[in-house]
Amino acid sequence: MKQLIAFIKKEFFHIFRDWRTLIVIFAIPAIQLIVFGYAISNDLNNISIGILDKSNDEFSKKIVSKMTFSNFFKIGHILQSEKEIEKLFKSGKVKEVVIIQQNFSKSIIKNGIASIQIIADASEPNTANLAINYTSALINNFVQDISKTTAIVPPYSIEVKMLYNPTLQSSWMFIPGIIALILTLISVMLTSVSIVKEKEYGSMELLLVTPLKSLTIIIGKVVPYFILSIINISFIFLLGHIFFALPVQGSLFTLYMLSTMYIILALSIGIFISVNVANQQVAMLISLVALMLPTILLSGFIFPIENMPKWLQLFSIIMPPRYFIEGLRGIMLKGNGFQELWINFLVIMFMTFIFIILSIKRFKSRLI
Amino acid sequence: MDIATTIEPQKYAIYARKLVKKFGNFIADDNLNFEVHPGEIFGLLGANGAGKTTAIKMMTGLLKPTSGILKVNGYDIYSESEIIRKSIGYMSQKFSLYEELTIYENIRFFGGIYGLNLKSIKSRAEWAEHTFSLSGFMDKRVSNLPLGWKQKVAFVVASIHNPAIIFLDEPTGGVDPSVRRNFWDNIYQASINGTTIIVTTHYMDEAEYCQRICIMDQGIIKAIGKPNELKNKFLVNTMNELFIKIVRN
Repeated sequence: MKQLIAFIKKEFFHIFRDWRTLIVIFAIPAIQLIVFGYAISNDLNNISIGILDKSNDEFSKKIVSKMTFSNFFKIGHILQSEKEIEKLFKSGKVKEVVIIQQNFSKSIIKNGIASIQIIADASEPNTANLAINYTSALINNFVQDISKTTAIVPPYSIEVKMLYNPTLQSSWMFIPGIIALILTLISVMLTSVSIVKEKEYGSMELLLVTPLKSLTIIIGKVVPYFILSIINISFIFLLGHIFFALPVQGSLFTLYMLSTMYIILALSIGIFISVNVANQQVAMLISLVALMLPTILLSGFIFPIENMPKWLQLFSIIMPPRYFIEGLRGIMLKGNGFQELWINFLVIMFMTFIFIILSIKRFKSRLI
Repeated sequence: MDIATTIEPQKYAIYARKLVKKFGNFIADDNLNFEVHPGEIFGLLGANGAGKTTAIKMMTGLLKPTSGILKVNGYDIYSESEIIRKSIGYMSQKFSLYEELTIYENIRFFGGIYGLNLKSIKSRAEWAEHTFSLSGFMDKRVSNLPLGWKQKVAFVVASIHNPAIIFLDEPTGGVDPSVRRNFWDNIYQASINGTTIIVTTHYMDEAEYCQRICIMDQGIIKAIGKPNELKNKFLVNTMNELFIKIVRN
């Protein structure tokens, strides 16, 4: 125990005296949070649109003003005729054009029906989709408004309710992914690099000559990174809560339980890498290529797994972060508990078990 | 060697019989028979790949012998390595202290690993500061020290727990002769205090400092004995000539 404490103390010295490690631990999470939270956002703000209002009456003006005052759109151009549409899209000044038919109000009052045409620039499909969705929502809202003030009964009414993330904030989607990414960075990369560094410098030999048990060495190596990981995710939860109002619908206990188990999995992957490679560069490369990229691309962090080709979906089944990100989202946004997430817990535990067994086998074959 | 077989192995610091280490088909050490007396400075000489480091790694418990008998401080390397580890110190070929830690922190860390309490760690640190003229440098980080100093500190760390045997694997690689001379003064000092020193080197001047040497080539012991006896036996004047004569044949 005394030996272990001496070891852990030493490990903390290493971490706090190496500014590169400190940057990785504290600056990168904050930067990622800002980049993903603010810059890389799927939300649309101020999409420039064109309006062709052929009737210019009470109701049509209402619609135009609704669009003007929403945060989603800004009126980039008022068109006079259909002829301008193509030129306008080609110039790239607007992403969407809304055309309101002639005698709009009259048609609604008389026939109870009127038409609005929405044309979108689909060279960016995501933007086009979102713009059309927002526009439909606004029109729908308008229909409900007039049904209240007039006797007109709308022919239909759509009610859309976004569950769990009602304002569709993409930061809520990203933060669980960022947490997985950071745990990969700290638990897998730093741990494997710090063990491999001792092998490379020869200090591992020195340790193995001492009465220290191999198990003590490994525990001494991972405990500091475990503590740092826990502090770090708490830090990210807090930042997410302060800057993006990220909720935790489920229990904090389940949240930390899942995180702790994933950290242990990540640490065991880090150990597995470090017993298999001989130098720091390779350890870093493997952590990056084998874990960081799949975490970003294949675990549903940015791209939904359901949208992937079948073979990639199969591949994502063996990606450890997938189960963690899914679980985090479940707990934070949906308020899931053990009943809903037991598969995730089980898979994480199973993977940890596999990596520990493989590492021990490898470790034993190298040393007595 | 003939006398050795009649005395029981427990009396020796190191006792090796028919010691073999193979890596796959490659035989790194072939049938080594030697012993080291307590308090002796014993040199292992040889070119790179002669099997010196492999031999040291077996004696320190870093490598398991393929076959043969090996006893360290009278304890069996196969079954009693736990006990052996407490009574040996090791300074590896690669310079391997913790660079981010100060000299004192390195001493405290390794002292802690050997189970010394803070009081004895402090007294050992004072001893090191005094004996190795480190005063004023104890709170300097190892990364800022010149190589000769680092090696001195590595020797301090290897002897922090007063081990019965200290293994030095090419301890003076890459430093100039005056620093090397200095380092050997420390080795002598430890030896006078009763510590057994087992050192590998390929500097022939260093071989002269050893009380007994063992010349190895391609995993085989070619000659073993006191430096002067070997020179007389092979009719040469210098260590260099001796080495060349033995290895070339």
